[in-house]
Amino acid sequence: MWIATSVLAVLLLFALFPAFFAGLFGNGDPRACDLAHSAEGPAPGHPFGYDLQGCDIWANSVYGAQSSITVGFLATAIALGIALTLGTLSGLGGRVVDWIVQRVTEVFLGFPFLLAAIVVLNTLGARNVWTVSLVLGVFGWPTMARLMRASVRSVRHSEYVLAARTMGLRLPRIIKRYVLPNAIQPVFVLATISIGMVIVAESTLTYLGIGLSSPAISWGLQIAAGSRIFQTAPHVLVLPSVMLALTVLSVVAIGEELRSAFDPRERR
Amino acid sequence: MKIALAVAQRLAGFALVFLGVTFVIYWSVFSLPGDPIQALAGDRQLPDSVVAALTEAYMLDEPVGVQYLHFLSGLVHGDLGVDLSGRAIAPQLASRWPVTITLALTAWTIQVVLGLSIGIVSALRHGKTIDRVLLVTTIGASCIPVFVLAIMGQLLFGVRLGWFPVAGTSAGWPLSYILPSLVIAVFGLASVSRLVRSSIIENLGAEYVRTARAKGVGERRVIGLHVMRNSLIPTATYLATDLGFLLGGTVVIEGIFNLPGVGNLLFQAIRTHEAAMVAAISTALIVIFLVTTLLVDVLHTLLDPRIRRG
Repeated sequence: MWIATSVLAVLLLFALFPAFFAGLFGNGDPRACDLAHSAEGPAPGHPFGYDLQGCDIWANSVYGAQSSITVGFLATAIALGIALTLGTLSGLGGRVVDWIVQRVTEVFLGFPFLLAAIVVLNTLGARNVWTVSLVLGVFGWPTMARLMRASVRSVRHSEYVLAARTMGLRLPRIIKRYVLPNAIQPVFVLATISIGMVIVAESTLTYLGIGLSSPAISWGLQIAAGSRIFQTAPHVLVLPSVMLALTVLSVVAIGEELRSAFDPRERR
Repeated sequence: MKIALAVAQRLAGFALVFLGVTFVIYWSVFSLPGDPIQALAGDRQLPDSVVAALTEAYMLDEPVGVQYLHFLSGLVHGDLGVDLSGRAIAPQLASRWPVTITLALTAWTIQVVLGLSIGIVSALRHGKTIDRVLLVTTIGASCIPVFVLAIMGQLLFGVRLGWFPVAGTSAGWPLSYILPSLVIAVFGLASVSRLVRSSIIENLGAEYVRTARAKGVGERRVIGLHVMRNSLIPTATYLATDLGFLLGGTVVIEGIFNLPGVGNLLFQAIRTHEAAMVAAISTALIVIFLVTTLLVDVLHTLLDPRIRRG
């Protein structure tokens, strides 16, 4: 647990102060590239070598943390927002509302994600951190919404909600004070894990050529570029892949830890 | 009577979701920027008469609603239409499905076998070293993006060791399919094995297990019959959903290993604005999704008598 937390803390620091960490080995500018060193291995001042364009791999990977982590948090926040709203609506609303919301959720679940991503990103025109997060968030909520609905339903008939209703409290207040705090836990855990999944999804989209595009700097772009020359220069792939896997792993580990902390069955 | 109502409600829901998704897909492809006819011709300048003829033939100047209705009526008659090069879509799909189905089933089998074994072992030894090691390994493996895993697999087993072909399907089943299936399976392994693990652990402490033991039932029978049967309900649900997902084709894996499957075709079709092709494949995907959802419900009822009675 503390390993995961500290890994994540380091990566967050990378994302917040990329200039400082990128410069640790003396060559901190990710865009200072020298084609003469294309795809060369480690050298003094360049501990992880150069990529195909002759850019420093370390500096690029540090700056890459920024976009990956931003997308991870932003997209999850969007998805969480939608999921909480619709899940609560569906869980508390009448049968008709519930039926409609459930069908909408199924439409989003069944929609081919790739098509959605291509259409939305092409329509918006720009493929940057904001638009990619928007797409990942808007199509990432159905699972969370279903969990929220189930969770709200289990709280809905509990005695404290009944008591609050008997006291004549208004609905918004009941939702805010009694329903949400008690129903939100499992969704929150899923959201933590989903940060990791979103980061993977971003890099996959980018790898397919429909996510972020240069001049943005991201792990997905680095890996995509590296995978084209992986037979001759596998070292280009290593650092961005390891950093990506570490980020996801630490986020998921924290999520798992939270889950077993909240889960009474595992506490026995 | 109550059952009939529930079934009717269910079917109405299916029809609505089906129509909703296919329409949104149609509308999305329609609203993609770019001109499909010009994409067909590349840089050449097409004569106006040809453009007019193509526009007429594919009804490209009709509003999206009319095109969609035309597509639906074709679907009802079992006609998937033709793509922009004039080839019928159905036979193209028919040649792609076997690849995707083979890949999905191979990957799924690996996932079931490995996932169940890992889950059972770690549940019976839970809290011990082997449990922790298995947990960390499977979660760790599922955190590496599939394309990284795929590329590394190609590099190690295809190029360096030469055990499996790097790409393509020329070596046939199983050789060509093992590497891509393994990559897919490794990705989903953590979810399956954790689900098996936690439900077995939960059931091990259940009262009926204590009763069975108190009756003097042998340990093997307690685990095999009482615990396993109850633990497999959530797992079966998950695995059914997962199979549906895999049958939809995995664009990334099919792309990296150059397997001519459905996912690959869908990706190309989106890029070349083949509205009819995209609609046909997506329709198939929706049908798979809806059928799996239904199967999961049926499976649930069959496996768990409590749901049937409640």
